[in-house]
Amino acid sequence: MLKEEVKRGVITENPILILALGLCPSLAVSTSVTNGLGMGLATMFVLVCSNIIISIIKGWVPDKVRIPCFIMVSAAFVSILHLFIKAYMPLLDQRLGIFIPLITVNCIILGRAEAFASKNSLSRSFTDGIVMGLGFTVSLLILSAIREFLGSNKLFDLMVIPKFQPLTAFALAPGGFFTIAFVMGVVSFLRSRKEARA
Amino acid sequence: MNSFMSIVQIALAAVLIQNFVLARFLGLCPFFGVSKKLSSATGMGMAVVFVMTIASMFTWVVERYILVPFDIRYLEIIVFILIIASLVQLLELIMRKFTPSLYESLGIYLPLISTNCALFAVVIINTGTNQFTGRPFTFIESTINGTASGIGFLIALVLMAGIREKLELADVPKTLDGLPIAFISAGLMALAFLGFSGLSFFAASGGQ
Repeated sequence: MLKEEVKRGVITENPILILALGLCPSLAVSTSVTNGLGMGLATMFVLVCSNIIISIIKGWVPDKVRIPCFIMVSAAFVSILHLFIKAYMPLLDQRLGIFIPLITVNCIILGRAEAFASKNSLSRSFTDGIVMGLGFTVSLLILSAIREFLGSNKLFDLMVIPKFQPLTAFALAPGGFFTIAFVMGVVSFLRSRKEARA
Repeated sequence: MNSFMSIVQIALAAVLIQNFVLARFLGLCPFFGVSKKLSSATGMGMAVVFVMTIASMFTWVVERYILVPFDIRYLEIIVFILIIASLVQLLELIMRKFTPSLYESLGIYLPLISTNCALFAVVIINTGTNQFTGRPFTFIESTINGTASGIGFLIALVLMAGIREKLELADVPKTLDGLPIAFISAGLMALAFLGFSGLSFFAASGGQ
């Protein structure tokens, strides 16, 4: 059961690589693995909390105003998170900058609220938040590991190969687009091969 | 003169050097979602310019005269989201009533905009300090920042739509078909836009 859920979040319904949700933060912060991990965990926190609250209040929210309600719930949790990070992790706040407040309008949060938490029970919504957050974090880690290694020859801010000349473009904007194109291409290649075999 | 220079700098930076889509990765969902046809890309881009300008003006006033005096800036995120969502609804109503022709061309894109992260980002950026003057944004500066960021988005979106219309005819490898090839095109465009960062020297020293 748990294994299937994790497989669903990380592989078959991976939010970034399969569903193409939440592209803005995933490309913007994937310049280093540390940033990617921080962003992934931050998004996971908001996703889990908002899924819990939304699945609790789903019976009381009128259908017509549900989207504004869902946005307000996630905005509240993002505010909490933003203040917390500002107070206890000023360095992370500096590195992620504007992308922490932007978690509010991340399509993953609203997408899961609308597609899952507003229809399912509390415990299932909680699990969904965890596995989707996990999928998001894992794909961020993959993207940021590629970009940090190629762009600045580092992993977790540590030098990897001495005397390797990094390709600075990968740390800048174009590299983000190329990296995700490459990773998505690999994913769709693996899927088509699996389908051909089946 | 000084404030005029700062406006030019803001506009130049927002449109070209720090283009919202291609340098800052903001508003990627509509950038890939609505860029399949040139006509819809133009409509969406114009709607974004329009809403960004008005949202920048509104949120600046709310920030300066409500949030700051009452010392409740920590509610920024919630308040701005609420303003943007209701503003978009209001604009939709007003446009439908008074300018039906404009509503016909932009109307269907308006609901999409309320969760556009580029719009939210420009509003948040306007609450920070102006990178060129080192002071908080003035009313005119933040309005210009909104308009110019919208124009930057419009340019990127229209260029992308032009490329994707041609890509329809191209023979793309099967694994790269769809989104991956769009990402590669965007990457090449971003590489071209990286060339504008040479202008930042001019923009940074121009005002001094």
